Amino acid sequence: MQTIHASQVKPPFYRDERILGIISQVLIVVIVLGLGLFFFSNMISGLREKHSVAISFTFLSQGAGFDIGESLIEYSRERTYFRAFVVGLLNTFQVAFLGIVIATALGIVIGVMRLSTNFLISRIAAVYIEIFRNIPLLVLLIFWAQAVFLKLPRVAEAFVLPGPIFLSNRGIAIPWGIPTESWGTFLIVLVAGILLGAVVVYLLREQGKRTGRMPLVTLWFIVTVAAVGFVGWIVLPQPLTLEQPKLEGFNTQGGKILSQQFMALLSGLVIYTAAFIAEVVRAGIQSVSKGQREASTALGLTAGQTLRLIIFPQALRVIIPPLTSQYLNLTKNSSLAIAIGYPDLFAVAGNTILNQTGREIEMFTMIMGTYLSLSLLTSLLMNMYNKRIRLVER
Amino acid sequence: MAENDTAEMADNGTAEEIIICQDVCKWFGDFQALKDCNLRVQAQEVVVIIGPSGSGKSTFIRCINRLEEHQAGDIIVDGIPLTRDVRNIEQIRSETGMVFQQFNLFPHLTVLENITLAPIHVRKMRKDEARDTAMGLLNRVGIPEQADKYPGQLSGGQQQRVAIARSLAMSPKIMLFDEPTSALDPEMIKEVLDVMQELAETGMTMLVVTHEMGFAREVAHRIVFMDGGEIMEVGTPEHFFTNAQHERTKLFLSQIL
Amino acid sequence: MTTAAGTPSDRSVLPITERYPLVGWLRRNLFSDVFNSLLTLAALAFIIVIARIFLRWVFFTAEWGVIPANFNLLMRGQYPAAEAWRLWLVIYLLGAVVGICWKLIVGQFSGAARVLIAIPFVLMLIPFFSMGSRLNLLITAVASGAGFFIAGYLPIQRRGRAAAYFLIAYLVVMLVLLRGLPGEEGPMPPVQPILWGGLLLSLLLAFFGITLSFPLGVLLALGRQSKLPAVRIMSVIYIEFIRGVPLISLLFMGQVMLQLFLPDGFPLVDRVLRALVAITLFSAAYTAENVRGGLQSIPRGQYEAAQAVGLSAYQSTIHIIMPQALRAVIPVLVGQFISLFKDTTLVALVGIFDLLGIARTIISNPDWLGTQQEVFIVVAVLFWIFSYTMSYASRRLERRLGVGER
Repeated sequence: MQTIHASQVKPPFYRDERILGIISQVLIVVIVLGLGLFFFSNMISGLREKHSVAISFTFLSQGAGFDIGESLIEYSRERTYFRAFVVGLLNTFQVAFLGIVIATALGIVIGVMRLSTNFLISRIAAVYIEIFRNIPLLVLLIFWAQAVFLKLPRVAEAFVLPGPIFLSNRGIAIPWGIPTESWGTFLIVLVAGILLGAVVVYLLREQGKRTGRMPLVTLWFIVTVAAVGFVGWIVLPQPLTLEQPKLEGFNTQGGKILSQQFMALLSGLVIYTAAFIAEVVRAGIQSVSKGQREASTALGLTAGQTLRLIIFPQALRVIIPPLTSQYLNLTKNSSLAIAIGYPDLFAVAGNTILNQTGREIEMFTMIMGTYLSLSLLTSLLMNMYNKRIRLVER
Repeated sequence: MAENDTAEMADNGTAEEIIICQDVCKWFGDFQALKDCNLRVQAQEVVVIIGPSGSGKSTFIRCINRLEEHQAGDIIVDGIPLTRDVRNIEQIRSETGMVFQQFNLFPHLTVLENITLAPIHVRKMRKDEARDTAMGLLNRVGIPEQADKYPGQLSGGQQQRVAIARSLAMSPKIMLFDEPTSALDPEMIKEVLDVMQELAETGMTMLVVTHEMGFAREVAHRIVFMDGGEIMEVGTPEHFFTNAQHERTKLFLSQIL
Repeated sequence: MTTAAGTPSDRSVLPITERYPLVGWLRRNLFSDVFNSLLTLAALAFIIVIARIFLRWVFFTAEWGVIPANFNLLMRGQYPAAEAWRLWLVIYLLGAVVGICWKLIVGQFSGAARVLIAIPFVLMLIPFFSMGSRLNLLITAVASGAGFFIAGYLPIQRRGRAAAYFLIAYLVVMLVLLRGLPGEEGPMPPVQPILWGGLLLSLLLAFFGITLSFPLGVLLALGRQSKLPAVRIMSVIYIEFIRGVPLISLLFMGQVMLQLFLPDGFPLVDRVLRALVAITLFSAAYTAENVRGGLQSIPRGQYEAAQAVGLSAYQSTIHIIMPQALRAVIPVLVGQFISLFKDTTLVALVGIFDLLGIARTIISNPDWLGTQQEVFIVVAVLFWIFSYTMSYASRRLERRLGVGER
C-alpha cells in the first residue's frame, strides 16, 4: 500500500490554524496592553506635575483633620486618614448588614403575599413590586431624606411613639440597653450557650442519620441558646439597663439616636431591594413543580412536612444565588449614601479624603479594591455553595 | 520534501479514492478514541459503519470534516490533505455535507432559509438562484409544501429530510451521515432511509454510521465494523452477513439481528 | 336516564357560585374561608387608608404650582427655549423611525406596537403639558403611523439592513439637531451638551448608553466564550472588575481621572461625555454576562451544523449563534436596560443636570422651598412611566417571539 504523509505537510504560517490562533491572541494582548500603557504613562506624567511622588500611600498616616457625623469606633479629627477610611468602611457594613436583614424579611413577606390565593393581598404585593422596581433608587433615597425625614417636626415638637421613640428631623431616638458590670460575664454565658447549642445540633444530626428522621435542628439550636441566655439573664445582676431617651431643651438625651441620614439610606435601600427579593422568592417557590407537592401528599406527608422536607429545600436552591446577588447589589448601592450625607466608605474616601489630599489613584484603588474583594469573596462562597448543591443532585 | 509528497499523491492515480484515512489516531485526554484507523473510500461508493456504541464510529466520520481534530495519521479528502491549513479545512468542509443524529436545523430560520443560508453566504450564490435550488431539493426530499415553516413545526422525519436537503444545497461530493435515524420515531425512519437510498442511487459518495442493518444490507457497497476505536473488519454486505471473520463482529451481529 | 331521581332541575341546579360568575369569583378569590375573609377585610382597610392619605395630599395639601413653573426646566434643562423646536423635530423623527423600523423588522401591527403607539397619548395625559406640547405629541404619534404606513410601500429587498441604515441615519440627524451647526449666527447655533438637561438628558444618556454598551457587551461575551485563552482571561478580568464595583465610583473616576489618562493637550472631554463613558463601560459588563447566558443556552450541535455547511466562524456567529442567543435573553437584556435608565440618575451626583439633578436645583431655589414632595413625586412618576413601559413592552415581545418559535 502506498504511504502518505499528509500530516507532515506544513501549511504556510498565514493559513495555519494554530499559528493564526496564537497570532490573533498576541495581537489583541499587544493592543490592550499598549492602550493600558499609553493611559498609564499619560497618567504618571500628569501626576508627576502635581505631586513630587507619583504614587504613594504614606499620606494615610497623616492627620485627617475633618469630622465624621457618625462612627462605630472612636474617631476624632486628630486621627489619621486611614482611621477615617475604616470608619467609612464600618458604616457601610452597618447599613448593609441591617439593610440585608430587614429587606430579606420584608421581601419574603411580599413575595409570599404575591402568591396568596387572596386576590387583594396578591394585588397589593404586585403593586408594591411594580412601583418600586421601576423607580430609580437614588430618587427614592433623596425622596426619603428630603421629602420624609427632613419634613419631620423639630425636636421640640417631635412625634412620640410608645417606647418612647422620638421622631424628629434630627433622626429617631429609641430606647437602648446600656451594659453594666455583669455584661461581660453575660456574653461569656451566651457564647457557652452557643457552644452547647452546637453540641445539641451535632447530637441531633447523628440521631437523625441513625433513624433517618431529621429533627428540627435549627429550632432546637435556637431553643438551647435562648434557654441558656434566659438563665444567665435571671442569675446575673442585670447585664443591661434600659435607657430611655428624654426630651431636654432642643435635643433628646440618652437612648440611641439613629441619624436622619442613616434612616433615609436604610429605608430607601430596604424598600427598593425588598421589591427585588420578593420577585426572587416568588420565582423560587413557583419553580417547585406542582407535581412535587402532589407526590409528597400522595406519600402521606402532612402539609407542614411537605413544606419543610420537599418544597423548601428545592425552592431554596433556586432562591439562594439570585438572593446573594441582591445582597451584593444592596451593599454596592449603599455607596449612594453620598447623595444624602451619610458617611459610608465611598462618601468618606471617594469624596472627603480625595478632595483633601488630591490622591485620586490611591483612593480609587483602595475603594475599588475594597468593593471588589467583597464581591469576589461573595462569589467564591457562592461557587462553593453551588458546587455542594450540585453534588447533592447527582 | 513534504511538498513533493502531496504533489506526488495528488496525481498518483488515486483520483478514484476520494477519502483516504491512514493510521488515524485520536485521543480525548487519556482515552484513545481512534486507534490507527485505515480506510479508503472510492468515489460513488456507499460505506456503512457499524459497531457498538462508544466504538468511535461517530468520532471517525467527524474527523473527516474536522469537527474533531485527529492527532496522528493522515486524512486526505478529494486530494486535499486535512491539516491545520485553514484553506484546506474550508475546502473540505464545502465539499462534504453532514447529517446529524439530532438534525441540528437552525430553529430561528425557516426551512427555506436553512437551506439557502450556506449557498448564499459561502458560495455567494444569488438569492433567487439559491431559492430555486432549495425548492428543487425540497421537491426531491418530498416536502416542498413545508418551505416557509419553522423547523419546530415539522415532525422528526421531515426535519431530517430538510437537514439532508440543507447539506445537498452546497452540492457536496461526499455526504457523511451520523446516525441519521437514531433520534426518530419508528414510523418515520423509512421516509428518511428512502431519501438516502435514492441519493445513493444517484452516485453520491456516502459514509453512513447507522444501526439500520436492512439499509446496510441493501444499499452499502462495503460495511466497516468498528469496536474499541479500531476498524476490526471491512467487507461487502454478503461477506458480513454470511461469514463474518472476527469473533467480535459475530457477537455484535448476533446481538443486533 | 330512566331513574326516578326526581325532576332533573332538583339536582342539576347550578350552585350559586356557578350561576353568577361574579359571586363565584368573589368566593374563590376573596372569601374562601374565615381566615381569607379576614385578610380581605384587612387589605381593604389598608387600601382605603393609603388611598385616603394619598388623595388628600394630591388634591388638598400638595402645592402643584412648582411643576408648571419649572416644567420646561424639568423637561430639557438649560436647552435654550428658542431652540426647542429642534428637540420636537428629534421626537417627531424618532416616532417616524420607530414606525418605519417596526414595519421593516416585525411586519404587522401587533402586541408591543400598540404599547409603543400609546406612549405619546399616555404622555398627553400628564396634567402639566401645555396645549402646544400635546399637539407636538400628537404629531409624533401621527409621524410614527405614517412611517409604518409608508415603509410598507418602500421597494426594499433586505429589510433588516434597511432598518439599520434608517437607525444610523437617525442617530446622525439627531446629533446634528441637538448639537447644532457651527456658527453662532446660523439657523442652528450650537448648544453645548452641558446645557442639555432634565428628562431630555436622562433619555439621551440611557439611549446612547444602551446603543454603545450593547455591541461592546456582545464582544465581551464572545471574548469570554472564546477558545483563545488570552482573550478569555482579559474579558473575564474586565467583566468581573466592573461588576464588582459600584457605578458611582466609576462615575467619579470618570470625572476626576479620565482627563489624566489622556495625553497632554488632548481637548477637554465634556462632563456629560465623561459620564456617558463611565455608564457605557459599566453597562457593557452586565450586558456581556447576560449575553453569555444566551450563548451558553445554545446546543453544541448548532455550532457543528454551521461548521459542517461551511460557514466561517464569523458567519456562524452572525447568522446562527447570535440571533438565537439574543432572542433567548431578551427579557434579561430589557431588564438591564431599564436598570441602566434608572442608573443614569447617578450623574446628578457629579454635577450634571439630568431630571434628578434639575429637581435638586429646583427644591434648593428659595422661591420653591418646601416643595420636595411634589417635585420628587413627579420625577419618580416620570421615571416610572418609562421603565414600566419598557418592561411591559418586553413582556409582550417575549410572548410574541415565543409563539414564533414553535
